[in-house]
Parts: sequence; C-alpha cells; structure tokens
Amino acid sequence: MTEEQKLLSPADPKMTARDVKVFYGVKEAIKGVSIDVDMDNVTAFIGPSGCGKSTFLRTLNRMNDTVASARVEGTITLDGEDIYAPSMDVVQLRARVGMVFQKPNPFPKSIYENIAYGPRIHGLASAKADLDVIVEKSLRRAGLWDEVKDRLNDSGTALSGGQQQRLCIGRAIAVEPEVILMDEPCSALDPIATAKIEELIHELRGRYGIVIVTHNMQQAARVSQRTAFFHLGELVEYGVTSDIFTNPRQERTKDYITGRYG
Amino acid sequence: MAEHTIKAFDEEIDRLRGLIAEMGGRAEAAIENAMLALQRQDKVLAAQVVEGDKRIDAIEAEVEKLIIQVIALRAPMANDLRDVIAALKIVSVVERIGDYAKNIAKRVPMIAANTRTLEPISLLPSMGQVAGEMVHDALNAFAARDADLALAVVERDTVVDDFYNSVFRTLVTFMVENPKTISECAHLLFIAKNIERIGDHATNVAEMVYFAATGQTLPDRERGGSNAAMED
Repeated sequence: MTEEQKLLSPADPKMTARDVKVFYGVKEAIKGVSIDVDMDNVTAFIGPSGCGKSTFLRTLNRMNDTVASARVEGTITLDGEDIYAPSMDVVQLRARVGMVFQKPNPFPKSIYENIAYGPRIHGLASAKADLDVIVEKSLRRAGLWDEVKDRLNDSGTALSGGQQQRLCIGRAIAVEPEVILMDEPCSALDPIATAKIEELIHELRGRYGIVIVTHNMQQAARVSQRTAFFHLGELVEYGVTSDIFTNPRQERTKDYITGRYG
Repeated sequence: MAEHTIKAFDEEIDRLRGLIAEMGGRAEAAIENAMLALQRQDKVLAAQVVEGDKRIDAIEAEVEKLIIQVIALRAPMANDLRDVIAALKIVSVVERIGDYAKNIAKRVPMIAANTRTLEPISLLPSMGQVAGEMVHDALNAFAARDADLALAVVERDTVVDDFYNSVFRTLVTFMVENPKTISECAHLLFIAKNIERIGDHATNVAEMVYFAATGQTLPDRERGGSNAAMED
C-alpha cells in the first residue's frame, strides 16, 4: 500500500462515510460522498460557498437532524457503529463527535462554567475537585489556561474573539470527544488568533480525529494532511494535501485552488 | 488556460514569461554569435557577445525579483506554483548558458591571435548548432508548456555528449601531432566543454518545463556517454 493510500484509506478509521447523500426536500445537496476519518491526520474540506462541505460536515454528528427538510442516505459509522441507527443516542454521539462553529459562541457564563457544564450534564464528574481537574486539563489542551487561570470566574463572553474560540474548543474537549468537527473556526479571527488555533489543531492531532471546513485554502494547506474538494455537492477530488496543492488531478480542483474559479 | 479571477496575477505571469522568452532569445543569439565569431575569428563580434551577457544577467535579476513578489503577494498554487518555481530555476540555468557563450567568446581573441590553421575548429560549429537548438526548443517548450517537446530536448542531450567525445579525441590526436598548437587546442577543448555544458543546461531547462507542465519529475536517465562527457 502506498503512503497515499494509507493516508486516504487508513487501516483503522475512526469514522467512515459511504455513499452519503443529503437531500433538502427534493434538492440533492450531497451526491454520494465516501471518506474516512482517522485519529492521526487532519482532514480539510474546501470548496466554494454552497458546495456542500458544511452540510457534509454536519452529517458526521447528525447536526442536520435539526433541519426539518433534510434527509440523509448512505452509511456513516463511528467505531464501526452506524450513527444513523435508531439505537444511536444523538446526545451521546455529539459528545463523542464534538463541534466548533464559525463564530465563537461561549455560554453567557463564567469561563469555568463554560468548560464544566458539559462534563457535569454528561455525568463525567460532579465533585468540585474532579471538575477542577477537567477544567484545567481542557483549558491547557485548548492552549488557554495560562491566559485565564487567574480569572476563571470572569464571563466567557468577556474574552477576545480568539480566546473565545479556544474556550469553545476547550468546551468541546471537556466531554472527551473522539472526533472534533470545525466549521470555519477561524473566519471571525485575526491572523494571530488564527495562528494559535492552527497550532492548537496541530497539537490536538493524534488525540482526536479532526475535520475542518475552511474557506481559507492556505489554512487547509497548513493544518491538514488530507484535503477534500467539494463542488456542487460532489466530492470532486480527495487527496493528500501536498498533492492537492501542488498537482491536483481534476481540472475543477486546479481552477479553484489557483483562483480561476467562476 | 482560463484566466485568474484576479487579473493583475495574469499580468504578472505574462510579464514573467515575456522576460524569460527575451532572456532565452538573447542566450540563443549569444551562442550563435560566439560560434560565428570563432569561425570567422571575429574579435568585434566576440566582444559584443561578452558585452551582451550583462543584459542576460540583468533579466535574471529582474525575473527573480518578480517571482519573489508573485510568491509573496499571490501565493500561487498547483500549476501556477510549478510554473513559478520552474521559471525561477530556468532563469538561473539560462544565465549560466549565457556565461558559457560569453566564455567561448572570450577565447576567440586568444585563438585568433595565431594564424595557424586549426583543422579541429571545423568540428565545433555543428556541435554549437545542436546545443543552440536544444536551448531554443527548451525555451519554446516552456513558452508552450509542451511536455513532449521538453522530452525531445532531454533525449537530444546524448547527441551533444557524443559530439564532445569525438571532438575531445580529435583534439588530443591533433595536439600529439602538432605540439605547437597545444595552447590554441586547449582553448578549443574548453570551448567544446562549454558547448557540452550548454547542452546539459538546456536539458535541465527541459526537465523543469516537463515538471511544470505535468507535475511529475522525469526519472533519472542514463547520462550520455563516456568518461570524457562526465560532469566537470
């Protein structure tokens, strides 16, 4: 097996998607996408607005369930288990497959409570001492601890945008997810805050499966090992990131990443 | 190829390619004129070749500056990236080709100073012509992004190498028989070596063109010939 095949079809995938289709009413928004996610490598989804990359990302933890007209076909598994099976506990699924959104959305509560809330309701910890440990560990992993350790009782919303986003990553981490989905996590951040998130993604890689949707192609190039290019609901090309950015095989991919699209 | 959404990017690429075309044209002319000067023992033409090399060097500097700017400001990707990287390597190679032509031209007065007839000199023009055509085709391949033409140039390198080996043997024999011409023949030997190197550099240009056009590097090929054509 070549290095490329190992990267694109990992022997031990955390999540698999097979021939996934998403319909909004009669409109087919995702047209048969198959992809594997493992713990060791970051997957980036790129493509123009409306290409379906966020829609597909949201199928991975059933966020599309909240859209009444959305219907998902195909199979998506987490550790081999069908996440759309009737027996799947969606709340539990979303703890295992966490999500970070475009705009930082901390709870209007203290920094401490933003982190402690999830573990408490998921029953991971209830004693103050246990929660303290989780809060510190999560904030450290999110690269935020040193900046907030002396003001854990301040409101999460009082932090800067970049800090808020890292708080949201810490909040996702706190419930011990296996996969973290990031939907344009840096689009509302300045370059320095963006660099910190990218460095954080690099550090989190290996511990969590990470999938990131980004409009910033340089960001995809910087943080991911695999890149999927979506266009009009199709997975046009899926490859090793360095190949996609130096020698894409599909004309549409090339036109998009070289700025010739449209 | 489709245009970039950002038109200024296309303008910069066009300017870049225009400069390389000019540089290549000047290098080709330098080879041709250096060989002509050698044949005619024309010191004036030789001096023009030496002087003309300055413009080739200046274009190299200009292209390098432009490429750094394009990389910094446009962050080229995929075929654009390969084009720009190839261009950067090609200009430094073409600059060397210009230097070899200049070196040939510089030797013309030293040979012309002696009125003795040098038979082996007649071998060099056709060798120079093959090398010059390789340079010409390699740069045409770049202009047209033509991988096949680039491959054809690479394959022709052995012709120049064979020429060199033949010239080498002829000159050595001639020197043994005519020891008084050793000084001039030594210059001819260097000239032959310079032409051989021009062929190698044309091949390098062609390899970069192939890479830019296809995204693949050419597999290592057998270098043509005997010890005499080995890298110096």
